[in-house]
Amino acid sequence: MKIQFTLNGKKTEAQIRPDTTLYELVRQLGCLSVKCGCETSNCGLCTVFFNGTPVLSCSVLAARADGGRVETLEGLQKEAEEIGAFVAGQGAEQCGFCNPGMIMNMIAMFRELPSPTDQEIREYLAGNLCRCSGYEGQMRAVKDFMKYREQKTEESKEARV
Amino acid sequence: MLTIREYVKAESIAQAYELNQKRSNRVIGGMLWLRLGSGNVNKAIDLSGLGLEGIEETEEEFSIGAMTTLRQLELHEGLNRYTGGAVRESVRHIVGVQFRNLATVGGSIYGRFGFSDVLTMFLALDCQVELYRGGLVPLETFAAAPRNRDLLVRIHVKKRPVRAAYLSMRNNSTDFPVLTCAAVCLEGAWQAAIGARPGRAVLIRDQERLLPEIPSPKDAEAFAAYVQEHLTTGSNMRASAAYRKKIAGVLTRRACLQTGGI
Amino acid sequence: MRYVNQPVVKSDAMALVTGKPVYTDDIAPKDCLVVKLLRSPHAHALIENISVDKALLVPGVEAVFTYRDVPQERFTLAGQTYPEASPYDRLILDRRLRYVGDPVAIVAGRDEACVEKAMKLIKVTYQVLEPVLDPHDALDGKILVHPEDNWKALCPVGADNKRNLCASARDEMGDVDQVLADCDVVVDRVYRTKANQQTMMETFRTFTYMDHNGRLNIVSSTQIVFHVRRIVANALGIPKSRIRVTKPRIGGGFGAKQTAVSEVFPAFVTWKTGKPAKIIFTREESMTASTPRHAMELHVRMGADRDGKLRAIDVYTLSNTGAYGEHGPTTVGLSGHKSIPLYHDLEAYRFCYDVVYTNRMSAGAYRGYGATQGTFAVETAANELAAALGMDPIEFRLKNMVRQGDVMPAYYGETATSCALDRCLLRAKELMGWDEKYPCRDMGNGKVRSVGVAMTMQGSGISGVDVGSATLKLNDAGFYTLLIGSADMGTGCDTILAQIAAECLDCDLDLITVRAADTDTSPYDSGSYASSTTYVTGKAVEQACEQMRKKITETGAAMLSCPADQAEFDGSVVKNPADGSQVTLAEIGWKSQLGFNGALEVTVTHSSPVSPPPYMVGMAEIELDKETGSVQVINYVGVVDCGTPINSNLARVQTEGGIGQGIGMALFEDVQYTPAGKVRENSFMQYKIPNRMDVGKITVDFESSYEQTGPFGAKSIGEVVINTPCPAIAHAVYNACGCWMRELPITPEKILMKMIDNTENP
Repeated sequence: MKIQFTLNGKKTEAQIRPDTTLYELVRQLGCLSVKCGCETSNCGLCTVFFNGTPVLSCSVLAARADGGRVETLEGLQKEAEEIGAFVAGQGAEQCGFCNPGMIMNMIAMFRELPSPTDQEIREYLAGNLCRCSGYEGQMRAVKDFMKYREQKTEESKEARV
Repeated sequence: MLTIREYVKAESIAQAYELNQKRSNRVIGGMLWLRLGSGNVNKAIDLSGLGLEGIEETEEEFSIGAMTTLRQLELHEGLNRYTGGAVRESVRHIVGVQFRNLATVGGSIYGRFGFSDVLTMFLALDCQVELYRGGLVPLETFAAAPRNRDLLVRIHVKKRPVRAAYLSMRNNSTDFPVLTCAAVCLEGAWQAAIGARPGRAVLIRDQERLLPEIPSPKDAEAFAAYVQEHLTTGSNMRASAAYRKKIAGVLTRRACLQTGGI
Repeated sequence: MRYVNQPVVKSDAMALVTGKPVYTDDIAPKDCLVVKLLRSPHAHALIENISVDKALLVPGVEAVFTYRDVPQERFTLAGQTYPEASPYDRLILDRRLRYVGDPVAIVAGRDEACVEKAMKLIKVTYQVLEPVLDPHDALDGKILVHPEDNWKALCPVGADNKRNLCASARDEMGDVDQVLADCDVVVDRVYRTKANQQTMMETFRTFTYMDHNGRLNIVSSTQIVFHVRRIVANALGIPKSRIRVTKPRIGGGFGAKQTAVSEVFPAFVTWKTGKPAKIIFTREESMTASTPRHAMELHVRMGADRDGKLRAIDVYTLSNTGAYGEHGPTTVGLSGHKSIPLYHDLEAYRFCYDVVYTNRMSAGAYRGYGATQGTFAVETAANELAAALGMDPIEFRLKNMVRQGDVMPAYYGETATSCALDRCLLRAKELMGWDEKYPCRDMGNGKVRSVGVAMTMQGSGISGVDVGSATLKLNDAGFYTLLIGSADMGTGCDTILAQIAAECLDCDLDLITVRAADTDTSPYDSGSYASSTTYVTGKAVEQACEQMRKKITETGAAMLSCPADQAEFDGSVVKNPADGSQVTLAEIGWKSQLGFNGALEVTVTHSSPVSPPPYMVGMAEIELDKETGSVQVINYVGVVDCGTPINSNLARVQTEGGIGQGIGMALFEDVQYTPAGKVRENSFMQYKIPNRMDVGKITVDFESSYEQTGPFGAKSIGEVVINTPCPAIAHAVYNACGCWMRELPITPEKILMKMIDNTENP
């Protein structure tokens, strides 16, 4: 079957099987940042935005994307670099395999919760498993990023004044 | 591996119902459980274009569409105000935000899975499921019934004065529960739903009126013992029947003592 | 120092965080044949008949191979230095199937769909045999896992396949029985640890292709490129010269990828068909047909005088290696050799072990490699002994712990040349607020907060065995290429080794380009395992830099026409102090490409005769719900002596990550089998690893000693960090509820049932 959807801001047409998953489709279309770590919807590596919401692309039928909007880290490079630099700054990316999914969900978190508490951060990102880091460095990265953003806001306020 | 021959985005509930009468066809909810199977589905029936996603609140009830996600339940202010946050507590441990953005209330309730937090929560409230053919059925009846090929359209939660609390025991914070417990006082009458026994959740009413509206620790203890006595538990890889029985008492007592809501 | 002990960002970090396609499956050719394995549904069976005719008819299917098609020389998949301690007990496909998941057939085809279809059409008749699953039943039992005559042990490890014995040994000093009989207080306990899965986020995967020279190229997510070359050559029965192995970025290893779990299958397909092939293990395969930690049973006896002086330790370990012997004979050694030496001045010790075959999936290497199991047992016994003595567990350790300068008889007689374990303990105590929190505080509502402690050691490479090499080249314009054979699996060793080079060469870090892990071009390296890379390969880098400096100085001096011993090199110019003339590094680089004899290139190979242990103290603060048995880790403090941390960020994250894994192992990670021998925890849905709500607050600090034999005083850190959570958490549980949990994982149910049992049978 044929579907049409917007992938990273670009109108895209694709020929798919009825059981093709969104994960398979975006990888076929060259979005190789999207990874698969399990087959049971447990790890968060395959996180993409579907109509603006973070979902597990391994568990979404590509057919459902027809007429919808899908974003992967390939389409969010600026934000990825911005947040990612803080993860890298802690050495918390480690093997890196879980990072694209995690950074996608961090972006989603900041869109939903402008200044989350530690508990909210842990809870929002709980579905992003990481075996390397013990999560502590990622937490430092999130908090460093929040500080940096605050500073940036302050500076732009001052600049306006 | 699950294979699907044809994908059909249903244009009406009637059409979805007709398609669903064939054994080889399947309704897809969040796709989370279905995809774990390895069967062949002839037609996958997608309900996502039928306006069934979302919660409508009226004076009398919450009407929850079958395609409402668990994340919507978690964030719905009215529902959480009504249950003192119990609904949020019942879903927040389920895997992660991305998972809960997909998993549907309809899938959770229709599946009647033993481990279901959602089923446990709603079972304790005054709740009816709306079936396309079967009409309105009390959730308790539905929960005990075998699966058939009817279509679950909505869930209706009657807004009766309630105090509710939800607790679950898990070996790991986002794992399936070892036991779930929703304790609810509906207009003075107490009941507790216990799930992950590991069988389907069951509702145990305080028929002996052991609990007053505002129970003391001793009252709660008595009802907890009553629940333990009337509960059948089993063993699986997560815990034994004996442990579940113990925990059922603890969670029931604690839940009764911490209920909140309107 | 400019780069050493600095929080340098990993060279690949931004590529990883922005999701660049740098992993095996991202770079595999599009036209690769998809390879999948039909696996045994039985724990023990013989293939009576196997028919593949129908499978071969499926459109798109290229080849189906069975045991009849593969070479009959046995080999091991263990990534170890030749001659391997692990027995040669495998075939690519065997007629005898030894665990649920053992490969029955290899299927290769155009895409996943046709391969899956073909797999269903393979007709197999099994003669189902009774399996042996319990290690106690295995030793000298009637069911043999490896009855075959071409089973072979290359090293004298005390193995006998006709007894299901993969290895056995005994090491002792003094008369343990006699000393224990004379002790005032003795604890005599049995501890059980379970198999655990490494669960690196990237499952096992490999792709293979033939190149223009007719050589088999293997690109794999592996820690051990050179060993893979040998293993595949052994398995396929082809010359090593026909094989090249490389690795791209790796999505985690933790020892799993120290075994060639996936490589031989696509290699065999490509060799037979000439076509590129790839295999991507599903998570289920990674959970059921892989290489988890060895489950062990450890019997510990420990005796002390009434005043707390420890006098003797006796450890017997029974290790379950499963269906095959990968890392079986070696992991077990660490259960005693890296636990007993934590305590000094023993009058006697004994360490014996048996490693047995069973019809479970083969065990393998997992971070900690036996030391983790040994630490749980010996450190819990130490805590039990301190409790029996009525002594503070920290006082007990301060009195008995190994200190710098001590000879460690149970650690091959090595001396603790660099050891800050005592400082680690005191620092951890301070960071935890031990004195205020020990043993416990009642929080009301049935909840108790308590603390627990454990210490540990590991090694830094395998002494006299591991080899690390570095080739350093000066290029035109004055930048360097550093070639190494070790494998960065996310640990950051490419960056760490570049930091060492930049420090030694007095240059900017971005003047060092690292190329790693290509068997055709890298100098030999045993691989990244056994906590070896920073210590062993790092030293090779340091030495290579020294020699390179000399070469540069000589070349520069010749260009300046001055004697080499008078010239000075400061990292950017070679100067003749006599007349102030100088040449830049760039000029020297260019010179080396113009009518020049003798390369500005050095290769150094290094092996260390010793393996200086890193040390660590871990302290857990937990909240125990006495009504449900549930445990929440609130705080975890880890203080590490890894010598000089080369990269302070990466050392910290390694430690936090190791603690996280250890917490999972302590509290819920388990690999259980059905009575028929099937793994229950076959997915991330059933095998739970910690998520960020499970680990609590982890605080890490370093108390550094200086190891003379390591680069800039460094020792290892990769493995030691996983060892303390199991015993520290078990100790905290005891301090909360008075129950010693001697079997992992310490689940709420086990705790509650034990508490009830203790109340009913005091």
